[in-house]
Order: sequence, then structure tokens, then C-alpha cells
Amino acid sequence: MQMVNRPYAAAFEAYATQHPEVLCLSADLTSSCEIDGFRDRHPDQFLSLGMAEQNMLSFAGGLGLAGFRPFLHSFGVFLYRRPYDQLMASIAYPRRRVRLMGFLPGVTTPGGMTHQAIEDISVMRTIPNMTVLEAGDATEVESIVAEADTVDGPVYCRILRGAVPRLFDTPLKIGQMRVLSEGDDVLVVTAGITTEEAIRARGALSRAGVSVRHLHLNTLKPFDAAQIVAHASSVRHGVITLENHLVAGGIGSMVAEALAEAGLPRRLIRLGLQDTYAHGGSRPYLMRHYGMDALSLVRAVERLTGQTTGIDEAALEGVRIDAVHSLVKAEAL
Amino acid sequence: MRNEKSTEAIAHAIRSRVFEHTIRNNGGYLSQACSAAEQLAFLYNEGLNLGPSTMPMIPPPFTGVPSAQNPDYVTGAGYNGPFDAVHDRLFIAPAHYALVAYACLIEVGRMAPEGLEMFNKDGTSVEMIGAEHSPGMEVHNGTLGIGFSTAAGLAWGRKRLGHTGRVCVFMSDGEVQEGQTWEAVQAAAHHGIDNLWAIMDVNRQQCDGAMDDVMTVGDIATKLRDFGAVVAEVDAHDLPAMRAAAAIPHPGRPLIVLAHSRPTQGMESLMSRFPRLHYVRFKSDEERARMNVEIAAELGIAPVKLEAH
Repeated sequence: MQMVNRPYAAAFEAYATQHPEVLCLSADLTSSCEIDGFRDRHPDQFLSLGMAEQNMLSFAGGLGLAGFRPFLHSFGVFLYRRPYDQLMASIAYPRRRVRLMGFLPGVTTPGGMTHQAIEDISVMRTIPNMTVLEAGDATEVESIVAEADTVDGPVYCRILRGAVPRLFDTPLKIGQMRVLSEGDDVLVVTAGITTEEAIRARGALSRAGVSVRHLHLNTLKPFDAAQIVAHASSVRHGVITLENHLVAGGIGSMVAEALAEAGLPRRLIRLGLQDTYAHGGSRPYLMRHYGMDALSLVRAVERLTGQTTGIDEAALEGVRIDAVHSLVKAEAL
Repeated sequence: MRNEKSTEAIAHAIRSRVFEHTIRNNGGYLSQACSAAEQLAFLYNEGLNLGPSTMPMIPPPFTGVPSAQNPDYVTGAGYNGPFDAVHDRLFIAPAHYALVAYACLIEVGRMAPEGLEMFNKDGTSVEMIGAEHSPGMEVHNGTLGIGFSTAAGLAWGRKRLGHTGRVCVFMSDGEVQEGQTWEAVQAAAHHGIDNLWAIMDVNRQQCDGAMDDVMTVGDIATKLRDFGAVVAEVDAHDLPAMRAAAAIPHPGRPLIVLAHSRPTQGMESLMSRFPRLHYVRFKSDEERARMNVEIAAELGIAPVKLEAH
């Protein structure tokens, strides 16, 4: 698997320098959001707003009113949890073309509860006028910049940083989910880092005789309920959602709503954080601990099909372990 | 756009109109008219470079909130003139001053008196708490403390675009209890945003009563200066002083004029309610009738003719 170093940094710089009405805003996490090079090379297009997210969001609303399209860079959790009122009143309600670039979604940060955006999808998708995107690989990180900027309104993006695997060779297109396999036993719906986990599981499941239909979502709002229902209706045993997020309000909820509204009776297992906070730790540890990894998916498939597969950790593709300190990640956070 | 009436006359007319509305409706944001009449009259009549209103004199009915399915949505900004490079913008940060702001729009000829009859009536845009689509409102400011931040962003953007028009915020002193206000002032100073200024109605009142009882805020002027603003302090009812303060150069920094006001200015009878002044609702028919006579006499106008119940 090809790994790409800091795909966001290069993609944002290439795009923003061609669009002077795009502004780069940061709240004191400039290198952590891979825009330090942009700051150094294009200081006229960069605005440091300091550790003051409430002001940054309303300020961005004002920039939007002036006709600019600010890209706000911070950890995802800092873009909505404290400044929620500002997000509503200054950005979402008036449909400002503000691009919220949320780094370190879910358990991709070792920073613990304060740093982990585990309810961002549930919050963002209930906000009228908001578009919600999530990048699942280096290609999607690269293409999310220009694609988000096509939206006539605010956009929240879950961004991956550092060394990111390249899984796809076509760019992210809003509203176009990826059908990664077309099996007919079980439907698996993933997004972001959980797609890589499902790919790890799929090979072993296939060898064990389980035919998986696998969908990768990059557009969480607007949510294509009709497509989900169509895929769900073509599998035998049911649906499993696997998300880097609380199961309440996120992809699991969206799929449940889609099935219920369509009146399609299918069993549904929602994997992800089960009404719990996470804590600080490495990504593989957290995904295992909270039941969000490939092996958890295999066990869920077994519950759904009623068959044991005999798959254990050794049978799965290897787990990537990122170093806490590396050249692509300046600091631990 | 200079009105033919004097700013003093407009301020008096704002008080009279809000008084009449409050008596007739048995409630209203009356003390805000007392404290802010000169400030809003000054901004609309001489302090700001506003073009003529682009909106109908009688406000159109509510036409829906912003959404992709509502392409005809407009804000109330047009009442403050066209959004172009040369004209100023005005944000009314304390959106509950809407009644006073609407009265001001009428007195400066930007809205018909019929507009105020729509106040707080279902299906109109003339909402009790000024919304983005209400006459004279340009953005949502109903949660206090977000106005100056939005204005700072707009001002930064206008500067980059080469606009000569400035951005002004009418603020209230209670907003200094919100942390965001301080974030906004420090950001405006850090980025040298000097096409931005504000008048703050320092009436020392808030919803629960006198600010000193609710939350002590200390010396607002010193704190604002420490955060990087140029600050002037004036008597809010002294228009020559307000003119001088608004003209203070403030290169590289925002200007904030603290207008020290009296929440009963022009209606001393209201002191009998002190410190419950945030929203005046008369406790009895007797109080309403007495206030009607007493305040009308103070304003030099006839009492409101009340229908017999």
C-alpha cells in the first residue's frame, strides 16, 4: 500500500494559490494542520487567529460576507464544540462559504477526550445548510480541498494528516459513494479510517466464504439514503456500519433512518463508540479497545450470519503502526 | 445620507415613538430607547456614510430562512443602504434593541411607521429580537458577543478588497461579560483592522438588573485599551462629544466609543422601576396610566389614547 506524506499540505497550497479569494485561517495549530509551509510561503493569504475559536468562527462569517472563502484549520473538535453558537449564527444560518477543515477526527488523536471529535458528524449533520464530508485516503484528502470549495454554503470536512494510505485512484466527488465490493451476504458501510479496516477484513472474509458488499462514504451530508437502501436490499443477512465516531447520530444512525424510512427490514449492527468517551492512546489500540477495527468487523459479520469464520488477528492484513514522532508529524499532537 | 431633521430631533422622536409603542402594547424595551436614542440617531443621521435604502418602506412579510431552496432570501441590510465599496455597514450587536432601531429607521425615513405595527406580529420580518432578515439588521446578533467578531472579519475583508466604506458596530456594555468580545478586540488589534469602530451603550444595566449586582466588569475602557483598542469615553446624551469621539483617528486599531448613558434619560418616571429596566411591562393598569401621563409630560407630547377595556 502506497503511503503519502502530508497530502493536505500540498493539495491546499496548490489550490489556494490559484484562488485569491480563498484564505487560510489557523487557530494556533498551524503545523499540526500541515499549513505551516503555506503560512511561510504565502503570508498574505494566511490569517493567524490565535487560540480563540469563538472569534475565529464569527470572524470567518464576516470574511464570508465580504465574499471570501476562508478555510479554517484546527482539530475537528475545536471547530464546533466550544464555538457551536458562533458556528450556528455566524456561519451555518447565513450559508457563508466557510470551509471547516477538521483534523484528527475521532480516535485518530492520542489526545484523549478533549481532543477527540467523536460526535462531530452527529452535530454537523443536524445543522441546516451544512455539508459534511470525510476523507478516507490520500486521494480523498487531496481532492477534498477543491471539491469542498465548490459548495455554495458551509462545509465541514474530516481530514487525515501525516502519512496517509492511498486506497483510491479517483478523486472525491460530493454525493458519490464508492462501491468497493459487490457481495451479497453482508453490506458493510464505512468512512474515513474505518474503510481501511474493512478492506483488511474483506480479504479474510472472502477466503472464509463470506461475500461482502462494501460501501465507502465520503459525503455524509447530503446522505444518499436511496443508494444505501438499494444496496441493503441486495444482501442476504443484513448491514454493518463501522465508524470512527459514536454510533448515535453518525453513520449507524443515518443508515438506520434510511432503512426505517424505506420500510426495509434488515438487521443492522452499528460498530463504533458505543455511548462512551474514548481516552488517550494509539490509534490501533483505541480501535481495538473500542471495537472499531477489522477484527471487530469480522466478529460482527459472524453475529449477523450466524457462522464462525475461524478468522483471527493473524489472518488479517497487517496493522499500520505510526510512530508517535516522525518527519511527517512534527509533534505528538 | 443626511436627514433633514437634526440628530437631536431624531433622538427625541425615537424616545417618543418607543414610548407610544410600549404604552400601547403594555410592554417594550423602553429603557434602551432612553439610553441609546442619541447613539442610533447619530449613527444613522450623521455618523455613518449610508446610501439610500434599497428596501420597501413597508417591510415585506417573512420570506423564509436562508437555504439552498430559498434563492430569493434577503437580509435586512438593504435598509442601511446598498452593499458597495464606498458605503459603511452597521451591525446592531444587541439584537433586543430592535424596537429602538426600528423606531430610528422610521425617524430617518428608511421605514414607514406601518413597519412598527408589524413588530412581533406572526409572519412578519419585524421581529422582537432583530433577526438577520429584520429591517436594518445585517447579520444575526441575538446571542450577545458575536457582533464585533463578525464585523472584524467583514472589515478585514473590505480592507483587502480596497473598500473605503467602514464597518460600525452598535454594542451594549453587557457584552463585555462574554469572552468572545475580548477575543474579537485582540484579533482586530493584532491584524490592524482600523476600518472598524463601535459605539457601546454603557447603561450599566442587563437583564437581571444593574450590572454591578449581576457581574462586576471593572473599568471597561482600561480593559479595552489593554486589549489593543483606541477608546474614547463620552456622555451618551452629549452629541457634540459623540461627534468628536467618532472623529478620533485610530490607525492600526479599532476605535470603540464608550457612550455612558442613563437608562431613564428623558423618562425620569421610569426610575420608580429601577433596577428592573431591561424590559418594561407595567404591573397594573394604574401604573400604565400613570406612566402614560408622566412620561408624555416629560417628552412634551400628548399621552397615548388608550382604548377602554
